[in-house]
Amino acid sequence: MSTHLLPDTVALTGRSLRHVTRSVDTIITTVIMPIAMLLLFVYVFGGAIQTRSASYVDYLLPGILLITVATGVSYTAVRLFVDRSSGIFERFQSLPIARPAALWAHVLTSLVANVLALVVVVLVAVLVDFRSPAGIGAWAAVAGMLIVFTLALTWVAVIAGLSASSAEGAGAFSYPLIFLPFISSAFVPTDTMPGPIRVFAEYQPVTPIVDAIRALLAGQPPGTDLWVALAWCLALLLVAYAAAMATYHRRGA
Amino acid sequence: MMHAIQVNGLTKSYGELAVLQGVDLTVARGAVVALLGSNGAGKTTLVKILSTLLTADGGTARVAGHDVRSEPAKVRAAISLTGQSAAVDEILTGRENLILMARLRHVPDPRAVADGLLEQFSLAEAATRRVATYSGGMRRRLDVAMSLIGDPPVIFLDEPTTGLDPQARLEVWATIKELARHGTSVLLTTQYLEEAEALADRIAILHQGRIVVDGTLTELKALLPPATVEYVEKQPTLEDVYFTLLGASQEGTTP
Ligand SMILES: Nc1ncnc2c1ncn2[C@@H]1O[C@H](COP(=O)(O)OP(=O)(O)OP(=O)(O)O)[C@@H](O)[C@H]1O
Ligand SMILES: [Mg+2]
Repeated sequence: MSTHLLPDTVALTGRSLRHVTRSVDTIITTVIMPIAMLLLFVYVFGGAIQTRSASYVDYLLPGILLITVATGVSYTAVRLFVDRSSGIFERFQSLPIARPAALWAHVLTSLVANVLALVVVVLVAVLVDFRSPAGIGAWAAVAGMLIVFTLALTWVAVIAGLSASSAEGAGAFSYPLIFLPFISSAFVPTDTMPGPIRVFAEYQPVTPIVDAIRALLAGQPPGTDLWVALAWCLALLLVAYAAAMATYHRRGA
Repeated sequence: MMHAIQVNGLTKSYGELAVLQGVDLTVARGAVVALLGSNGAGKTTLVKILSTLLTADGGTARVAGHDVRSEPAKVRAAISLTGQSAAVDEILTGRENLILMARLRHVPDPRAVADGLLEQFSLAEAATRRVATYSGGMRRRLDVAMSLIGDPPVIFLDEPTTGLDPQARLEVWATIKELARHGTSVLLTTQYLEEAEALADRIAILHQGRIVVDGTLTELKALLPPATVEYVEKQPTLEDVYFTLLGASQEGTTP
C-alpha cells in the first residue's frame, strides 16, 4: 500500500493547507506574537541592552525567528488534535491509504505555514532597519537551519497532537519552547547572567542555533556553533520523529 | 462459501470494563445485518475492530476473507466506514470532501464521482458551500455519500440515521436498500427497531458482551409475546401522523 504514499500525502497536504489558508486569523496570530516581541525589544528594551552587534534588531532577529517557529508549530498540534477528535482521522485510517500520509500531510503543512511566517517576520524586521551583509550562501545556510529546526519542532508537535486530550493541551506544549530563547543568548549576551543560569543558557540548544544564525546573517563565519546547532536540531528531529511514529502506531491498530 | 464478515469469539476490554465477551456473528455476502443494542452495549467497539481501527483482545474476525489483525491493509481496501459522528471536513466544501475521498480511494476521475454523488444525495446546490454551514442531515448525507466512493464490497454504518428527521432518514434508508440491491454487504448498528425492521435481512442483538439473539425478523417476532408485537407495530403510526400532517401542510401551501 506504501506505493500510494506520495499521492496520498499530496491529497492530504492539499486539504490541510486549505485549513491554513481559510483561517486567516491563525496566520495572523502566528506572526503577530513574534512581531510584537520584535517591536517591544527593539523600541522598549533594546536601548538599554548592550550587545556587540551594530544594531539591536540585528542581534535580536535570530531569537525572534525561533519563537516564530515555536508559535507556529502549536497550530500544527491543534490541527492534528482537531482531526482526531472530529473523527476524520479515523476515517482516513480506515481507508486504503499509505498510513504515514496522514501525519506527513500535517508535517508538510507545518513547514509551508512556518516558512511563510518566517518570511513575513524577516520583512517586518527589514522595515525596522534590520540589515544583513550576508550573501546567498549564508542565507541558504540560515534557511536550511531554520527548516531543520521547524521539522524537529513539528515532529514534537505531532507527538503533542496525537497524545493530547484537549485542544488547549495540544497547543500548550509550545509554551516552554517559546520561553526557552529567553534563557539563552537570544535577547541578551549570556556573560551577564549569574552562574547556574549562565551554564544552562550556554549549553541549551537555543544558544548555538541563535549564535550560528546571527553569525551567518552578520556575514561572519559561524564556526563550531553551526555544527553544534545542526547536531542539536538533527538529534531532536530523529528522536521526535521516532517517538511520534511510535505514538501513532500505538494508537492506530 | 466466503462470508462478508465472520466473527468468532471476539473479546475486547477497556481496562476493567469487559465490553465484548465472546461475540459470534456472520454476515453473508450481499446481506444487510442490523446490530441492535442499548447505549454502551459495544456496537461501536465491534465496528471499530472490524474496520481495523481497534485491535481485539481475543477471538478472530475476518472481513471480505481477510483477517483484520494480520491483513489490515487488505481489509481496508474492501470496506468503508461511516462512523457514529459524521466525520466530514468542516472547512472544506461538500464537493471538496468527496473529491478528497475519491483521491484517497484512488478512483479514476474524482471530480465526476463527486458530482454524481452530490446529485444522488441532493447536495448539488450546497456543493460549493463549506460543510460548517450544513445542517445535521446534510452532513450525514455527505458522510454516507463519502462512504460509497470506490464501491467497497463491505460497508459499516454506525447509527447512520441518528439525529436525522424522518424525511432524511427515509433517504438514507433508500440508499442502503440500493446498496443491498447491488450486492454490497452492510453491517449497520442502530437503536431503532423499526430501522432494523425496514432494512435488515437479519437482526442481531448485542447485550452484555454477547450476541444474544440473531435471526430474521420473523424469527425474532416469534420470540416476542403478541402484546409486545402490537406495541412495536403501533410505533410507525406516529410517523404516519407526522407524514400525513407534513403532506397536508405542503399541499396547503403549494397551489
Ligand atoms: N476508549 C475507551 N476507553 C474506555 N472505555 C471506552 C472507550 N470506548 C468505549 N468505552 C466504553 O465501552 C463501552 C461500549 O462502548 P461503545 O461505544 O462500543 O458502545 P455503543 O454500543 O456504540 O454505544 P452507543 O449506542 O451509545 O453508541 C461503553 O461503556 C463505553 O463507555
Ligand atoms: Mg456507538
